[in-house]
Amino acid sequence: MRPGSLSAACAALLRRDLLLAWRRRGDIALPVLYALIVATLFPFALGPDPALLASVASGVVLVTVLLSMLLAFDALFRPDLEDGSLEQLMLAPQPLALMLGMKILAHWLSTALPLIIIAPVLASMLHLPGHANAVLVLALLVATPLLSLLGSVLVALTAGTRRSGMLLALMLLPLCVPVVIFAAGAVSAAQLSLPWIAPIAWLGAALALLLVLAPLACAAALRIAIDA
Amino acid sequence: MAIRMDTSRATLFEARGLHFLRQDEPVFGPLDVRLHAGEVLLVEGDNGSGKTTLLRVIAGLLHADGGTMLLQGKPLDRDQAQGRLLLLAHQLGLKGDLSPLENLRVAAGLYGHRADISPREALHIVGLQGYEHEPVRQLSAGQKKRAALARLLLLSADVWLLDEPFANLDREGIALVNRLIEEHSASGGAAMVTSHGAVTFLHGEPRRLRLSA
Repeated sequence: MRPGSLSAACAALLRRDLLLAWRRRGDIALPVLYALIVATLFPFALGPDPALLASVASGVVLVTVLLSMLLAFDALFRPDLEDGSLEQLMLAPQPLALMLGMKILAHWLSTALPLIIIAPVLASMLHLPGHANAVLVLALLVATPLLSLLGSVLVALTAGTRRSGMLLALMLLPLCVPVVIFAAGAVSAAQLSLPWIAPIAWLGAALALLLVLAPLACAAALRIAIDA
Repeated sequence: MAIRMDTSRATLFEARGLHFLRQDEPVFGPLDVRLHAGEVLLVEGDNGSGKTTLLRVIAGLLHADGGTMLLQGKPLDRDQAQGRLLLLAHQLGLKGDLSPLENLRVAAGLYGHRADISPREALHIVGLQGYEHEPVRQLSAGQKKRAALARLLLLSADVWLLDEPFANLDREGIALVNRLIEEHSASGGAAMVTSHGAVTFLHGEPRRLRLSA
């Protein structure tokens, strides 16, 4: 890889963001602990009936993962905006959208992936049967990048505003409704031994669309945020 | 504000009638700026006179409200010119959790670095030997500035846009900036340096551009 080539730039940025996440691994643990605690509260609130818990398990895990991801979104662009790294990224001779795509990928790897890893634990705690558990992980593998991409656009749009956390939640959660419906739909279908591939395929289609569009939208929004 | 042209050298960068508005209030301009290869232009002005804004417009972070910019006689195309203009801003763009060496490697990966210098050598030149592996957040303000200066050395750019490069630096650091700028201009590069007033530390008598609020 020649330094300055596209692949070297992507690798450098991905490496940097993963290294930064690793240096602050306490921050990675927080959403995971949050998800663990929220999911634990449900049996206390609903009672320990296994049938009842199994029927709500997929929805609970999905919403918990969604809310945990929401906690971490603020760290996606804000530190770079504040310390001037984003300006350097914009001035670099590389396509900004692709570079931001790398940042979103690094963010997904460091925030969503740990949540996906503990999701089966949370689901079995709520008595979700094993085969549905596998579908849940698959649904999360498609749904969480979708949420990361959706979130990244909104984070970029609100990057210039102060205390944008609540605003971000209010804007992002309505957009997550279809994602939650399709992902939970797939798991419920699996629980009833029905075919579950169609909702996952729909999520995959949306993911393919956003993979292309979201980084472009982020780039445009952040250019405006820097310009302001 | 027009600056007389020296026809003996090639014009590296030129701006004609450049102006910038913030909420319909002019921040600077219309302004004509010409930078020849090997030249250092000192941008002077009081606080709020638009020095930083001018550099950010030229770097391409802000959109000019009017005027044209040329790089080596051709209209400035941001896609092609990126990496040829290098900005050193107040916010240095260093990651506090990474060491200077790691920060430089990221910059080299993004911009592509000169073949004749390695990140480690660049850090030695700016006097950060022994601090290569310290997290940047533990360095002093002046040392952070030096780490950012090492980036200028490492990357190959024609035009340096330096926003208050002397701030936070000790006497030795100021001499270092002077030496870097001199070497850059001797190798055919150009630099625009801002300074807010009375004191300039640049050697010799640089050309001056005065901005007024």
